[in-house]
Amino acid sequence: MANLLPTPVLEPGQDRTMILNMGPQHPSTHGVLRVLLEIDGETVVRLMPDIGYLHTGIEKTCEAKFYQQVVPLTDRIDYLCPMTNNLCYVLAVEKLLGLEIPPKAQWLRVLLNELTRINSHLVWLGTHAMDIGAMTVFLYCFREREEILKMFEMVAGQRMMTSYFRVGGVALEPPLGFFDRVRDFAGYFPERIDQYENLLTGNPIWLMRTKGVATMTSEDAIALCATGPTLRASGVDFDLRRDMPYSSYDKFQFKVPVTQEGDVFARYMCRVQELRESIGIVRQALDGMPEGPIKADAPHVVLPDREKMKTQMEALIHHFKIITEGFNVPAGEVYQAVESPRGEMGYYIVSDGTAKPYRVHIRSACFANLQTLSKLCEGRLLADVVAAIGSIDIVLGEIDR
Amino acid sequence: MALAPAVTDLEQLKSHPAVACLLNWNAAAITGAKFDRDEMTIYVDRPAIREACAVLRDDPACAFTSLSDITCVDCYPAEPRFEVVYHLLSMKKKERARLKVRLNGDSPALESLTSLWPGANYFEREVFDLFGVRFTGHPYLRRLLMPEDWEGHPLRKDYPVEGYR
Repeated sequence: MANLLPTPVLEPGQDRTMILNMGPQHPSTHGVLRVLLEIDGETVVRLMPDIGYLHTGIEKTCEAKFYQQVVPLTDRIDYLCPMTNNLCYVLAVEKLLGLEIPPKAQWLRVLLNELTRINSHLVWLGTHAMDIGAMTVFLYCFREREEILKMFEMVAGQRMMTSYFRVGGVALEPPLGFFDRVRDFAGYFPERIDQYENLLTGNPIWLMRTKGVATMTSEDAIALCATGPTLRASGVDFDLRRDMPYSSYDKFQFKVPVTQEGDVFARYMCRVQELRESIGIVRQALDGMPEGPIKADAPHVVLPDREKMKTQMEALIHHFKIITEGFNVPAGEVYQAVESPRGEMGYYIVSDGTAKPYRVHIRSACFANLQTLSKLCEGRLLADVVAAIGSIDIVLGEIDR
Repeated sequence: MALAPAVTDLEQLKSHPAVACLLNWNAAAITGAKFDRDEMTIYVDRPAIREACAVLRDDPACAFTSLSDITCVDCYPAEPRFEVVYHLLSMKKKERARLKVRLNGDSPALESLTSLWPGANYFEREVFDLFGVRFTGHPYLRRLLMPEDWEGHPLRKDYPVEGYR
């Protein structure tokens, strides 16, 4: 496996090769990724990603905030799947507290998480296709994404930085008409996936640019700590939603798409099939949505309803205490992982018994997945680098944190 | 739902496959274990960490074939100051295990896992960058997130949140 490790210093070897700098401001790097390439003609000899341009020290900031104040920070880690980050963080804190979450809140979380997955995959599909030269798909994808963002706005008041999940449940009851809107979307979305597939899956140019390009075996993928679709496209059948279920995912029926070839096309197919599975989960969540409260019965942790806070002394006191002092979390540590659109997203939280986390570590999926890039590109053509970067679906906000 | 108290007695935890496997291999290198909130934590002696991970990875009863995460916790001003935390995942058994190594504050260093999982590379570089823990045998131990010329290690507890002005 020694060949998977990076070669130390990137300087041109002899006089055949040259160093090419790609990024950090480059349209196809999906953010501020800088890639150093050693090229021999058009062939990539070595590749080294350079990250850190978007490092904002979120983990350090978390240590200075109350537990509930960290939720809005988690949105900003990965701006394409805010709900997944929210979910992972609140699940970790709930595990530390030993809180039981009512079924309706869990179902809502699943519903919104799958919408988030669709949202994220749509942005990926649009931009990835545009990188390779298929412009039209981008517009179609963003048409549907817009609809999802409108639903988010309905439910959370925000299009992107939702912060809708709270420790102990969700922030608000979804407004009237929300479920109808989601049901409407779930009705026509499978057809739209067919539209994207019509444009790409059989398209000879698309196939030439993706089939057999940037391949990776399952052994290499595991050794490089790849997760999510990047791993499943190499034939490893593992999905945290099914294999280590959280938030009631065990009550939903869905298939985990696995493709074997490990190339750009396999990763594309894997995600497109995930879109179909996700919309199936959304439909199940709508049909089986339980009745009941949306917040856990834990007055010391969960903010009271607005109405109660204004009419009951007890609720007002709890509200005041939580806002000004936070809530204490029993000492201990947990690692909670969820399947984000990009792979395993994990929060490792250490509590020292006070109202602020002692340490929050975010295990980001693309951070680990990005390491596969050298393996994917070395020995291949320069133009394939763009396809490879798109195919591992990176978000620099999450990588740099 | 009340929290069950943590189990820290090594004798009681012997039935857990990861603990059993490591005790079988080298009981002297295992300094403790903790089972809390359904999560298994095993404390490993500093020089044994790479071997311990290799054993857990290759043992068929454990099959912790994937490395999920490496991070670090600064317990400043307590000594030993650093805890390097490894999260291993077994896709076959659908189980996780957490290994911990305690390190003293003066020039903390331990063996790199890059020879077992090349993917440990970024995680270790991140820990080095933000905590100043060195990994011996790492092929390219340089700052990852912070600029090359940055002074200090931001996630240490004695590093102010707003930075040095």
